[in-house]
Amino acid sequence: MKTTYREAVRKALHEALTRDGRAFLMGEDVGRYGGTYACSKGLLAEFGPDRVRDTPLAEGGFVGAGIGAALGGMRPIVEIMTVNFSLLALDQIVNNAATIRHMSGGQFSVPLVIRMATGAGRQLAAQHSHSLECWYAHIPGIRVVAPATIEDARGMLWTALQDPDPVIIFEHATLYNLEGDLADDAGAVAIDRAAVRRPGRDVTLIAYSANVHKAMEAAEALEADGISAEVIDLRSLRPLDDETILNSIRRTHRAVVVDEAWRTGSLAAEVSARIMDGAFYELDAPVARVCSAEVPIPYPRHLEEAATPQPGTIAAAAKILVTGHG
Amino acid sequence: MADFRMPSLGADMDAGMLVAWLKRPGDPIARGDIVAVVETQKGAIEIESFQSGTLRDICVEPGQKVPVGTVLAHIDGPEAAEPTMLPAAPSPPTVPPRAPAPAALPTTAPREERGARGRISPLARRRATELGLDPAALRGSGFDGAVTRADVERAAKERPRGPVAAGSEIRRAIAAAMSRSKREIPHYYLSATLDASACLDWLERENAKRPVAARLLYVVPILKAVALALHAVPELNGTYSEGLFRPSSDVHLGMAIALRGGGLIAPALHHADRCDLDGLMRALGDLVRRARTGGLKSSELSDPTVTVTNLGEGIVDAVYPVIYPPQVAMIGLGSVMKRPWIVDDAIVPRRLIQVSVAADHRVSDGHRAARFLETLGQFLAEPDKL
Amino acid sequence: MNEDAITAIVHRALEKVAPELEGIEIDPAKTFRDQFDIDSMDFLNFVIAIHQDTGLDIPEADYPQLASLRGCLRYLSARLPP
Repeated sequence: MKTTYREAVRKALHEALTRDGRAFLMGEDVGRYGGTYACSKGLLAEFGPDRVRDTPLAEGGFVGAGIGAALGGMRPIVEIMTVNFSLLALDQIVNNAATIRHMSGGQFSVPLVIRMATGAGRQLAAQHSHSLECWYAHIPGIRVVAPATIEDARGMLWTALQDPDPVIIFEHATLYNLEGDLADDAGAVAIDRAAVRRPGRDVTLIAYSANVHKAMEAAEALEADGISAEVIDLRSLRPLDDETILNSIRRTHRAVVVDEAWRTGSLAAEVSARIMDGAFYELDAPVARVCSAEVPIPYPRHLEEAATPQPGTIAAAAKILVTGHG
Repeated sequence: MADFRMPSLGADMDAGMLVAWLKRPGDPIARGDIVAVVETQKGAIEIESFQSGTLRDICVEPGQKVPVGTVLAHIDGPEAAEPTMLPAAPSPPTVPPRAPAPAALPTTAPREERGARGRISPLARRRATELGLDPAALRGSGFDGAVTRADVERAAKERPRGPVAAGSEIRRAIAAAMSRSKREIPHYYLSATLDASACLDWLERENAKRPVAARLLYVVPILKAVALALHAVPELNGTYSEGLFRPSSDVHLGMAIALRGGGLIAPALHHADRCDLDGLMRALGDLVRRARTGGLKSSELSDPTVTVTNLGEGIVDAVYPVIYPPQVAMIGLGSVMKRPWIVDDAIVPRRLIQVSVAADHRVSDGHRAARFLETLGQFLAEPDKL
Repeated sequence: MNEDAITAIVHRALEKVAPELEGIEIDPAKTFRDQFDIDSMDFLNFVIAIHQDTGLDIPEADYPQLASLRGCLRYLSARLPP
């Protein structure tokens, strides 16, 4: 069945609201407007205002309400418009959602799911385009996932809802229009393992979310140069699936980590360090990173493209590792 | 508690086999005690402890071959974690460390500067060890010119077979060290013909008074003079690594000793500048004997601060030595030759020796090495001061 | 002292200097240095061994005469009692 990433997210929300009476969706413009990215179109009409709730522009308030509802036995799905705005709710997420199981000695759990858009590429400039996934991936007590494919957009939500602890789902804003096939019986998917999206022999490109597709394009280009690149989709940003990464390095002996966040203190840095820890004697070249330029994401398209990882820069980094020259 | 580790006994050693433990867990250890015997490319070496205390436990059993740096045993003791091998009395480095990186955040992380250690990928290093190749001798085709696995495997295929490759362990050790030296050290060479007559005349008079067994070899006063002259030019006495020269306040003369059957080894005559001639003679005899029959100590292999090679027993005029890394100089002694020499406008027969210096231009300049040769000449002219 | 006895003294001295030379055949005309790659330290030890074996005081100036087996035979037979 031909579908889009947006439609897959909508189907996942529909399934959650249908299958679990405790589930409800809340966030800015999720109801009447149908979602900033149109992921909840029609859900208000079908499930009513108790289950699809528009909220004021107050992330700290409605994320806190979501935590309270989860503590009270509900299964809230909270949508935050972009990761930039989630900073207003950082206190709720980091100080409350992530800690309550620990601080209550395991008596209370917070089965909350927060979905948020992330990333650049839509000319939304510096306050709507950043990639702060690694801030959340830093925090013990929450699980962080990033569906890159239509199948994962369709399947990760249900699995996340079953988790007794908070799960954050990052949806890259450029992915909603992604088209592809989805099996008619597609449903929940496991969320704890990375996936090899393309096998290769010479170098491993490690990416997540929208950059998986850029890495796939880079791999195509590298193939034309006679370089066989493997592409790993991290899928889970916390916890990281070390085994899949290290097994790949043991085959290819080289790695390029692609991350739309800034290089300094990035997830790419963490992945690189884990490769050094776990597969140092397998490495035939230093681990390379392709990250965003250390500037607020610019508005003009050509500058936005120049500031973020692109298939060309990924392929160039890989080529230099494999051949020793550009 | 301190770790007792497999020491590096030279630039070319990367692993050693533990042959025997001379102490057992619970035994008291004094600094300088021989704790274990290790088989290396240079033969069986006795490993000393630089730590006092009690041997707590043993981590490596006899027969195991382990990389340099592997913890062999733990020593409980009053002195907290000291390195097993003390560097030869480092003085403060003369070259300041590099300034910290600029504050601006680079978009591309700065790559480490090309240091003394060759660029070899970890995988290539591992493969080279498995294939018995010296990765430092290979040309790198990888990122930043690093040696990669492909380079190692290509070299293994191209490696000549048969008698050429059948070098002994010690040949391979020399090959690795000398290749590294010529690759990394910008050598310069000076030589001077020095009048050794006064020294040799003095020695003959001295030996004539002594019984056979107490006589001195002619090289002994020359070694003493070399050791003293090095005080005048500290840039020739010390070690260079990772961009830093560490001058040594002690003079531990590495003595290039030829082994019958091929190869050579250059263990240290410790504190050659402070020994009297009889002490130096005894130490030299002992060192030569142990170099050839086994029983060298780890400190003797790791400590030399400069090396002397003496080819003065045949017809060789002068030597152009290859510096043994991480040292920064080597002194070459040619043969003593009786030749016409002009003294006070008269032609007189004199016993001359051509002394050469190979030195590391990163650390010293010809002007300074010349100063060393002049000073050496003055010491040779006044042998009673030695 | 006869040639056989002196040759035996030379053999013992050489073995002391270099154990691997035990029982080796010596070319009487060639120097020990040329044949066995011994150096000045070895040679000094060789002279010391001869001295200890025979009790003979050997001045340093005479050392060159002991450089070969033939030299040793000539030098020692002239100085040792028959």
